Amino acid sequence: LSREDFQRIPELAINPLGDRIINAFFPEGEDQVNFRGFMRTLAHFRPIEDNEKNKDQNGPEPLNSRSNKLHFAFRLYDLDKDDKISRDELLQVLRMMVGVNISDEQLGSIADRTIQEADQDGDSAISFAEFVKVLEKVDVEQKMSIRFLH
Amino acid sequence: SQGIIERDETPMEKEIARLHRVDFEFSDIFYFCRKGCEAIVEDEVTQRFSSEELVSWNLLTRTNVNFHYISLRLTIVWVIGVIVRYCFLLPLRFTLAAIGITSMIVGTTMVGQLPNSSVKNYLSEVVHLTCSRILVRALSGTIHYHNKENKPQKGGICVANHTSPIDAIILTNDGCYAMVGQVHGGLMGVIQRATVKACPHVWFERSEIKDRHLVTKRLREHVADKSKLPILIFPEGTCINNTSVMMFKKGSFEIGGTIYPVAIKYDPQFGDAFWNSSKYNIVSYLLRIMTSWAIVCNVWYMPPMVRKEDEDAVQFANRVKSAIARQGGLTELPWDGGLKRAKVKDTFKEEQQKNYSKMLVRNGSIG
Repeated sequence: LSREDFQRIPELAINPLGDRIINAFFPEGEDQVNFRGFMRTLAHFRPIEDNEKNKDQNGPEPLNSRSNKLHFAFRLYDLDKDDKISRDELLQVLRMMVGVNISDEQLGSIADRTIQEADQDGDSAISFAEFVKVLEKVDVEQKMSIRFLH
Repeated sequence: SQGIIERDETPMEKEIARLHRVDFEFSDIFYFCRKGCEAIVEDEVTQRFSSEELVSWNLLTRTNVNFHYISLRLTIVWVIGVIVRYCFLLPLRFTLAAIGITSMIVGTTMVGQLPNSSVKNYLSEVVHLTCSRILVRALSGTIHYHNKENKPQKGGICVANHTSPIDAIILTNDGCYAMVGQVHGGLMGVIQRATVKACPHVWFERSEIKDRHLVTKRLREHVADKSKLPILIFPEGTCINNTSVMMFKKGSFEIGGTIYPVAIKYDPQFGDAFWNSSKYNIVSYLLRIMTSWAIVCNVWYMPPMVRKEDEDAVQFANRVKSAIARQGGLTELPWDGGLKRAKVKDTFKEEQQKNYSKMLVRNGSIG
């Protein structure tokens, strides 16, 4: 699949974060994704099942664990993939989500406030650990899962 | 029709609702993220441009998307089916179609020689109806007409959902209409030139179609003449796969006059009538139709509708569209059939962005 194939889906094309989501499917520097890669990315959205929680404690973490779901969202914000969300990156993503409807100043103050509240080590950027802390009360499982009907 | 994933239709506002007065949260992104991935797994639009998938197989390979060998007995039944369809039904149907088309051309040319009179109109109707019936038999069409009392009257506009070029024949089987369409070359052009002599069909040159005002004007003139046959129009503008009704183009609804909606629903068990024009050309399409088991469909004539005082053309178009969708048991979609080939307009994305911004500004304490 190429990026154009995804963009032909109208409901995805009108999603303000459509391009970021499409990007998440493509590994670094590549323009094609095969079925395996496609499934790996979609696997993040599998609902977390109760009977899996106790199964494999020693093996690698499943893709749809809470931590990996959060990581997926984190990557949507982290544009340059340096494992930190800087003020600029947050601003860019916010700009994508609101379009032209909010001024730069207002957007800037929203970004500043958000980072201030979440930043714990004072580096004016959000690391993954800080990201997780901010979202600890959010029901990630329900918001980031797609259930298949049988 | 059943989807494959459970869709959560809570609107953006409820989902990103907040209990405390903070304007933006990192979790807002989850909403867009999930909606995007749901669209990737299964969206409402792209599935309408390919043939409907059947729940149980009807012994045609073309509808068997996940073919795998089940049993020897089934394969034998299938082989017999292939032989029956290709060696027996196809030649019969082809002959009938040839007879039908030839009679249509010859008949309408002969009638066209007569001077304009009520006799000519009567004969033209006879010829059109007869040839139409032959052609429907050529496709092994079984059509159930419902509510015949609502059949379109003279001076009206007949509006229907579009699945294939055969729709026109299905309707003319039961009544006479003035067709509207583009002038073609080849065999189609011959038919068009012959039939227009007998009956005032409205054929446009390719260049004329681009001029919307010209099109509306000609159609208006036709409708104004109450003695003329009802016009047949397909407002979707393109073939949809008969599981849903897409946006109706407002042009037909601006002309005025009485609209007679008609819903056409094909039974997919006997044959797939949908023409996927990007995948098959007209010849291979007709071949597929003629080697199906049959074309079975239901046609519902619906009570006439007129545009209300306070309605504009778009609202009227949507009202008619809902009525047709409800009657035919089809899903109603606001998307444009033109999305089959074109990209979606940016205005929809901007609308989503606007909605989200409203939420940020409302909840937040920004100056």
